[in-house]
Amino acid sequence: MDISEKLKILAASAKYDAACTSSGIDRSGSGGLGNASACGICHSFAGDGRCISLLKILMTNFCLFDCKYCVNRRSNDVPRARFTPAEIAELTIGFYRRNYIEGLFLSSGIIQSPDYTCEQIIETLSILRNKYNFRGYIHAKAIPGAAPELIDRLGTLADRVSVNIELPSQKSLKVLAPDKSKNSILLPMGHISGKIRENRYDIVKYRSAPEFAPAGQSTQMIIGASPDTDFQILRLSEAMYRNYSLKRVFYSAYVPVGDQKLLPPAGTKPPLLREHRLYQADWLLRFYGFRAEELLDEKHQNFDPNFDPKCNWALHHPECFPVEVNTADKEMLLRVPGIGVRSAQRIVIARRQGKLDFKDLKKLGVVLKRAIYFILCGGKRFEGLVVTEAGIMRQLMSESAVKEQEKRDFSEMQITFFDSENAVPTMEDRVKCLTGEM
Amino acid sequence: MPDRRDVIYCYDGSFDGLICCVFESYVKDELPSDICSEEPEQLSLLEIRYIETDTAHSERVLRGIAKRNCSVDFIKQAFLTCVPKRDILILDYIRKLFSYGRKAEFMLADDTVNALNKAVYHCTHEAHLLKGFVRFSEYGGVLAAVISPKNKVIPLLADHFADRLGGENFFIYDDVHRMAFVHIDRRGEILENIDFELPPPDRRERGFRGLWREFYDAIEISERENPRCRMSNMPKRFWKNITEMNRSDTAAKAEILQKNSPLLSENSGDRITSL
Repeated sequence: MDISEKLKILAASAKYDAACTSSGIDRSGSGGLGNASACGICHSFAGDGRCISLLKILMTNFCLFDCKYCVNRRSNDVPRARFTPAEIAELTIGFYRRNYIEGLFLSSGIIQSPDYTCEQIIETLSILRNKYNFRGYIHAKAIPGAAPELIDRLGTLADRVSVNIELPSQKSLKVLAPDKSKNSILLPMGHISGKIRENRYDIVKYRSAPEFAPAGQSTQMIIGASPDTDFQILRLSEAMYRNYSLKRVFYSAYVPVGDQKLLPPAGTKPPLLREHRLYQADWLLRFYGFRAEELLDEKHQNFDPNFDPKCNWALHHPECFPVEVNTADKEMLLRVPGIGVRSAQRIVIARRQGKLDFKDLKKLGVVLKRAIYFILCGGKRFEGLVVTEAGIMRQLMSESAVKEQEKRDFSEMQITFFDSENAVPTMEDRVKCLTGEM
Repeated sequence: MPDRRDVIYCYDGSFDGLICCVFESYVKDELPSDICSEEPEQLSLLEIRYIETDTAHSERVLRGIAKRNCSVDFIKQAFLTCVPKRDILILDYIRKLFSYGRKAEFMLADDTVNALNKAVYHCTHEAHLLKGFVRFSEYGGVLAAVISPKNKVIPLLADHFADRLGGENFFIYDDVHRMAFVHIDRRGEILENIDFELPPPDRRERGFRGLWREFYDAIEISERENPRCRMSNMPKRFWKNITEMNRSDTAAKAEILQKNSPLLSENSGDRITSL
C-alpha cells in the first residue's frame, strides 16, 4: 500500500476527533525547525467548516476494542492500514516545511496491547523531537490502559496530551464501550493533571526541568450517541475544568457509522445545533464567569434550540437588568446579550475617557440589536425602543430560528385560510377551469 | 485644531516622509485637505506642496510621541494598513496624541482613534490568518510562497517565519504590494519593488501537494458539509494561493496528459510511493 493510500485511510479514521487546536504554548524556534504560538494558528478549513491546524492521523486503525460508536471498532468492516513511526515523522516534516500544518495530532487504534501502542507513539514523537529537532506543536493521545511510566514519557515529548471521555456517563460507557471503564479513562486523566501540576512547580524550582505537556490536557465527548442530557454533559465539563484543570473539552456531534442496534440509525443527521449550544455554554463557563447550574437545572435539562444560553439566562433573570453601561462592573457587562469579551473590555477602557452613548457602543463592537433591551446609557433607554415580548423574542432568536418560526406562522396562516373557505379550488378544479369544463 | 486648508501634501511614500508631513502641518499651523504619496492623477484646483523627507524632522516628531508615553509601534502598524484616507487619519491621530497625551490612545469611541484601531485590527488579523494560509513550494531546497494581502503584512510575518523556519532558506512574495521577505543563511531582509513568479513545481513538490490535497479531502466529515462556514473562516480571496483550494496545477497537468495520451496516461507519475 502506498503512502497516499495509507494517508487517506488513516486521516479519514481520525476525522471524528474534534480537537484540532494548536494553542496553549509559546515556544521559539531557537534555530531548530518550528515554533509554537499560544493563540494557535489555523492553517486551513475543511469543507465542513472545521479548522485544520494539525496533521490529524491515526498511527493505525486496526483496533482490539469494539466500542459501538467508533468507526474503527473491531467488528466494523473497513479498510485498515498502518503507518511506521518513520513515515509519520517524514510526512509531518514535509508538510510542516511547506506551512500546511502547525504540527502533528497523533492517535491510534489499540494494537497488541495498550503499552505497545503507546510505545509506538512515543517512538514517532522521539524521531520528530530528536532526529529532526522539531519544535512545532504535537498533540498526542494517551492510550487508556497504558502504563503510567509510558504516559510520563509521552508527556515530556508532546505539548498536549488528551484522553477522550467520549460518553458522559458510566451507564452509557458500559453499554457502548464494553472494553473501556470509567476508571480506565479517569485514572490517566488524573495522573496527567497531577504530573502537570507537579511539573509547573519543578520548573520554578529548577529551570532545566523538562516540561510536561506544557499546553495542558484536553478531552472530548460525543453528543447524541447516548441519552445523556445537556445538563449532565455541562456539569461534567465544569468538573473537568475544575478538578483536572483541563484546557479544553471538545464536543463532537455523533455521526452514525454503520447500523448499530443501540445507536441512532445510519442517515440520522448529526445534532449540530445541540453541539453548537454546548460550545456556547462551554465558552460561558470559561470566559464569562457562568456556572453550569445557572444555565441549566434539574427541571430544564436541555438547551432551548431557539435562544443561545446567554440570552436564555438573561430572559429568565429580568431582575438583573437593565444594566447601566457607564458604571456596571465588567462581570455584569459580560452577562448582557450582545456584549462579548472584547467589547466589554473596550467599554471599560473607553468609559474612563468620557461618558458613552448608544452610538459609541456601536463603534466599540456591541451588537445593539440584542443589547438595547438590557442596557441603559447615562440612565436612559435606547430612544424609541418599544418593548414587547414578541419583539424581544424575535430580536434575540437566532436567524435560522426566526426563519423556522416564519415558515411555521405562514403555513398555519394558510391552513386557517383554507379551512375557513370551504370551497378551496383543487388542482382538478383548476384543470377544469383551463379546459373550459367549469 | 486649525481648519482644513486648500493644500495637498505630497510625500515620497516612506514612513519618515509621512511623519515629515506631520511636522510640516505643525510648522505651518495648518491641516492639509489630503496627503498623497504620488502625484494625483486628477487635476486639482488645490495647491500641491511637495514635502521633503528629512529624518531630523521625523525623528523630532517621533521623539515627541515617545516622550508622551504613546506607542510609535501602533503608528508604524497603522502605516501598513489599507484603510482609505490612511495618511490623513494618521496625521489627525498624531495631532490628538500631542494635544491629549496618552489618554488619546484610549478614546476608543473617537472617530479617528476608532477608525485607526479598526484598520490596525484588520491588518494584524490578516497577518494572523496568513501565518496559517501561506503555502511554500520547494525549489531545490529553497522554499517560496506568494501571497496577495490587502494590507502590507510582510513586516508582520517576517519575524514569525524567520523564527519558525530558522534553518531554512525561504522567501515570501507579496504580489499586490510587490514586496518580499527573503531569509537566507539565517539572515532576513525585506525587499521592495520587485517582481517574481513561481516556477512550475517539480515532481517531488507535486507529490507533496497531492498528498496534502488527499489529506484535506479525507479529513472532511461530509455529513457536516458547510461551505459558508468555511468561507467565513477562510475567505475566498485567499484561495488562489492555497494549495488545497486552487488545484489548477493538477487540472493543467491532466489536460497535458489527455493531449499526449495514451502514452502517458498509465504514468501515475506524481504519486509518492515512498518518501
